[in-house]
Amino acid sequence: MSATHTEAPPKKKLSPRRRAQRIRWVQYAVLVGVALVIAFVADWGQIQQQFFRSDLIRTTLTEGVGGALKNTIVYTAGAFVIGLLLGTVLALMRLSSVAPYRWIATIWIEFFRGLPAIIVFIAFGLMSLAFEGFVIPYDPYGTVWVALGLVASAYMAETIRAGIQAVPPGQIEAARSLGMPSGVATRKIVLPQAFRVITPPLTNELILLVKDSSLVYVLGLSASGYELTKYGRQLSSDNASLTPLVVAGFCYLIITLPLSIIVRRMEARQKKER
Amino acid sequence: MTAPTPAAPIVEVTDLHKSFGANDVLRGLSATIRQGEVVCVIGPSGSGKSTFLRCINLLESPTSGSIKVGGEEVNDPDCDIDAIRRNMGMVFQQFNLFPHLSVLENCTVAQTTVLKRSKDEAQAKARENLEKVGLSEKEDAFPAQLSGGQQQRVAIARALSMDPKLMLFDEPTSALDPELVGDVLSVMRRLASEGMTMFVVTHEMAFARDVADRVIFMDGGVIVEEGAPEQVIGEPTEERTKVFLQRVLDPTHVEAGAEDAAYAKRHVGEVAADDVDERHPATHGRNGGGAGRG
Ligand SMILES: Nc1ncnc2c1ncn2[C@@H]1O[C@H](COP(=O)(O)OP(=O)(O)OP(=O)(O)O)[C@@H](O)[C@H]1O
Ligand SMILES: [Mg+2]
Repeated sequence: MSATHTEAPPKKKLSPRRRAQRIRWVQYAVLVGVALVIAFVADWGQIQQQFFRSDLIRTTLTEGVGGALKNTIVYTAGAFVIGLLLGTVLALMRLSSVAPYRWIATIWIEFFRGLPAIIVFIAFGLMSLAFEGFVIPYDPYGTVWVALGLVASAYMAETIRAGIQAVPPGQIEAARSLGMPSGVATRKIVLPQAFRVITPPLTNELILLVKDSSLVYVLGLSASGYELTKYGRQLSSDNASLTPLVVAGFCYLIITLPLSIIVRRMEARQKKER
Repeated sequence: MTAPTPAAPIVEVTDLHKSFGANDVLRGLSATIRQGEVVCVIGPSGSGKSTFLRCINLLESPTSGSIKVGGEEVNDPDCDIDAIRRNMGMVFQQFNLFPHLSVLENCTVAQTTVLKRSKDEAQAKARENLEKVGLSEKEDAFPAQLSGGQQQRVAIARALSMDPKLMLFDEPTSALDPELVGDVLSVMRRLASEGMTMFVVTHEMAFARDVADRVIFMDGGVIVEEGAPEQVIGEPTEERTKVFLQRVLDPTHVEAGAEDAAYAKRHVGEVAADDVDERHPATHGRNGGGAGRG
């Protein structure tokens, strides 16, 4: 603070740009250092043996990764549809003028949001033991869809509610003043606009759902019902190598990365439209 | 000042009160709108003009009082408000077009869902009204691609497509750039000249003076003065009306038909005007013709 008061010529201060540049060089140097240390210390042979054994990669790919990938996708897609439908109903209930609807929806949403998803799955796994003759059709798909869909519906309901509330009230007024009953106005005017706004967050929830589908292993599925995680884990423990699990992991990325890119594109476009 | 043969009343408002919490916005309004009449409501900001208009189609529910539309009481929990709204078109200050639908779909969606018209029938009706507002060539556009004036004209076409008996306008030109105001007013003039019953909240004194059969001046939630435009705008008797008009008219001193003059000036020699012919000012000063309305 005193630099301006002293007579002596002040030390030449670095401009903010120069200072930022210098800090960045220090960071690069540290990064390179860390990379070098890792490269020298690591046991590359062991790493390859564990994570990238070529014969195991081949086995994993040929033995049934396709079926597992398909199951992951089918589980996720079904659960997403159920979550979307149920979530829309719940969102409308939360915004309803009928108080009991609001209560039911709130309890439902808080219940399934507060529980670990795995508890829901375990519960569904035990359901047929607890209730004699209790069967959800399309086994194992039906059970997975319902269990995962219930969990998804709670999250989606909140997203959809936010989307509905983002539709300007003038839209509803315009629809109602054209004589549309409130149900028609919701279906034709409000929901289409709400879903346009929330497509990016909903896609994010789809990505989460892809990963959550790995929890279905607790249902105790037969081999034909294995999804990627269960499949990779089984092969990994059979062969005492992590390689199959790594392959399974990459398969998840094949699904989730394109979705991430789509979300980013949509968000960029919405930003531009605004 | 000639008393027109009294036509059937379409809207009868008696002792209308509306309050938002402790804020008494409407404090006992009574008014009648008759078949084929153009009634303009003027008044300072916050005087309750929009609230009055919105009570008529129950976008606001009145606190007390009676509103009869076509003889049916609107302020009654058991009335079928959707059925009543079908007979009333509403045009908003902010247009409120449906942004996810094309211009044509904006004009058909209520026809098909509410009036159960077939798609072809609805589209024919929509095109007829889009032509009326001079926007036939825009039917595939989306609202975001249109100027404010074009959007407002689509909003008018959308309302007209329901074949309303009454059109409500809430400051339809207030959100528009000045050079777009004339286009919308021309459409409204034409509508008036075709005999549409209109209830218009407006700040366009020239329009009110030219087109209205009756002008209502509101202040503080009550009707202060009501009568023929030459009387209310030309020779107001109430002090509050005089003060308001002075404030509104003095700065720019709007002449009757000024927006049309400005419009004509803008389009002189314009070759590539997109839809000039449609927006040609309708027969000027239909009040001059006096008996033009039945
Ligand atoms: N939904 C609402 N909730 C609470 N107060 C409201 C609501 N709508 C209007 N008001 C109040 O009612 C009063 C009248 O509003 P209104 O919009 O009817 O006035 P106006 O005459 O149309 O004014 P302007 O010329 O600015 O449009 C204002 O004081 C406003 O704050
Ligand atoms: Mg207003």
